[in-house]
Amino acid sequence: MDYFLQQLINGVTLGAIYGLVAIGYTMVYGIIGMINFAHGEIYMIGAFIAVISFLVLGLIGITWVPLAVVIVLILTMLFTAVYGWAVERLAYRPLRGSFRLAPLISAIGMSIFLQNYVQLVQGARVKPLPPVMSDVIVLMDRAGGFRVSVSDLQLLILALTVTLMIGFTQVIARTSLGRAQRACEQDMKMASLLGIDVDRTISLTFVMGAALAGVAGVMVTMYYGVIDFYIGFLAGIKAFTAAVLGGIGSLPGAMLGGLLIGLIEAFWSAYFSVEYKDVATFVILVLVLIFRPTGLLGRPDLEKV
Amino acid sequence: MNRNPDDGEPLLAVDHLSMRFGGLVAVNDVSFAARDRQITAIIGPNGAGKTTVFNCLTGFYAPSVGRLTVSHSGQRWWLERMEAHRIAGAARVARTFQNVRLFGGMSVLENLIVAQHIKLMRASGFTLAGLLGLPVYRRAERAAVELARYWLDRVGLVDVADWQAGNLPYGAQRRLEIARAMCSEPRLLCLDEPAAGLNPRESADLSQLLTFIRDHHRIGVLLIEHDMSVVMAISDHLVVLDYGRKISEGPPAVVRHDPAVIRAYLGEDEDESESEDRADG
Repeated sequence: MDYFLQQLINGVTLGAIYGLVAIGYTMVYGIIGMINFAHGEIYMIGAFIAVISFLVLGLIGITWVPLAVVIVLILTMLFTAVYGWAVERLAYRPLRGSFRLAPLISAIGMSIFLQNYVQLVQGARVKPLPPVMSDVIVLMDRAGGFRVSVSDLQLLILALTVTLMIGFTQVIARTSLGRAQRACEQDMKMASLLGIDVDRTISLTFVMGAALAGVAGVMVTMYYGVIDFYIGFLAGIKAFTAAVLGGIGSLPGAMLGGLLIGLIEAFWSAYFSVEYKDVATFVILVLVLIFRPTGLLGRPDLEKV
Repeated sequence: MNRNPDDGEPLLAVDHLSMRFGGLVAVNDVSFAARDRQITAIIGPNGAGKTTVFNCLTGFYAPSVGRLTVSHSGQRWWLERMEAHRIAGAARVARTFQNVRLFGGMSVLENLIVAQHIKLMRASGFTLAGLLGLPVYRRAERAAVELARYWLDRVGLVDVADWQAGNLPYGAQRRLEIARAMCSEPRLLCLDEPAAGLNPRESADLSQLLTFIRDHHRIGVLLIEHDMSVVMAISDHLVVLDYGRKISEGPPAVVRHDPAVIRAYLGEDEDESESEDRADG
């Protein structure tokens, strides 16, 4: 029971991170009907920007942790937003209106480019980040039992994720930008005939998704303490799995999918084998694609008459 | 303000418009004008190029040749050079479609609020004020809902404002599409066969709505319609197209007796087979 509880806490934390990345996949898919294959790299770049900003802040003497974390988050979101914008501008917009496979291929190219670019400028070696927050709250510590604890960092990750997700749902549901995004999702041509700048709306969707992936990058850096130029690939595919599991195109679906993938990974590692945790995740992807391609919360795609 | 609407620069001037698709000439050197506070109807047999004219007007197609000028509030826009969202936002041209194109997954009310996007986007300081729920944005949103409610009232859909637009009956969807176009506060409203599929009573209501829009909102209406009872009853000006060419133009009373128009619609004895071919297109 104690062990289970601890794994639950770990799984939810991991799930929050996947969920944030999955939102980017699902939003871009929702609006242009395509997977953004460079999204995982944005997350990786977010992690690198986090490490660099923490170092720079340390050098100029800002060591008060809450302030440093806030500054790093803002910087990372700004930079990844620019990367997200650039990906859309370079890999997607010039190919809008061409056949469907073309932007997919250019996005994969973008992904390879970003990976190699980071490897080139930052080196291939693993980058460590000394723990920034290390306080731990012990929840349960019975004699003979397993010690259940939650760290400050885990709480921060959860709080931040919940805040961002609520904010995000509000943007989509209540603001005119969100309304424009939903309109573009349903009928881009019609949306433009009502004065909505479709190109800008799509750009902003990429920007928003990238900023969230950036936050996930910051959190993963602080959580694991080591990153390299290759982490975007696996995390990207897992977040993609989360988006598919929840129902691609659905915002709550992405959050739910992220949570489930995080839990599955944590429990699989805890009770079966750590080595095969990725296999477990991807088995889920295969099963969902076979038996429920629309995901848990996705609506079946109705053919237009 | 009480000048004769026939004076001065027309709201829309179409000059020598041609549209080619490869070897096919869909619209061939068509010129006409649509004036403020008038209903201008474009009629003609199937395949005459009516919808192509609309598609050129609203930025779907870039015309092969021709100039499309919209003038109002002391300014001029050349539609053939503008992106679709600027045609709607700056030149203030709105349109509806032959096959209804609502945002089916959104509520009826939201469909009307999306149409006021530009206004709301500006008021929300590009989302930030909207997200924080600042008073500026809330005021703008309230005004938007009020305008939406006004048009819902006009088209008789107040009771279903919360329905998903896609679940409305067909006639109601058609009316909602007109209401949505009006919510974008256009100066020129282009309607592509608004009476298609409506029963006679609904057609009569539609005629009433369109004359109301013309008389009370003082905008220009450009209408493609096959239902002659609607066209003859409400149009101020008719433009007749056939095979992509303009064959006649004028007030309804004159155009309906024009031999060229009668020939296009009924055909002559010697080219009967030809007009049958045309009906397939």
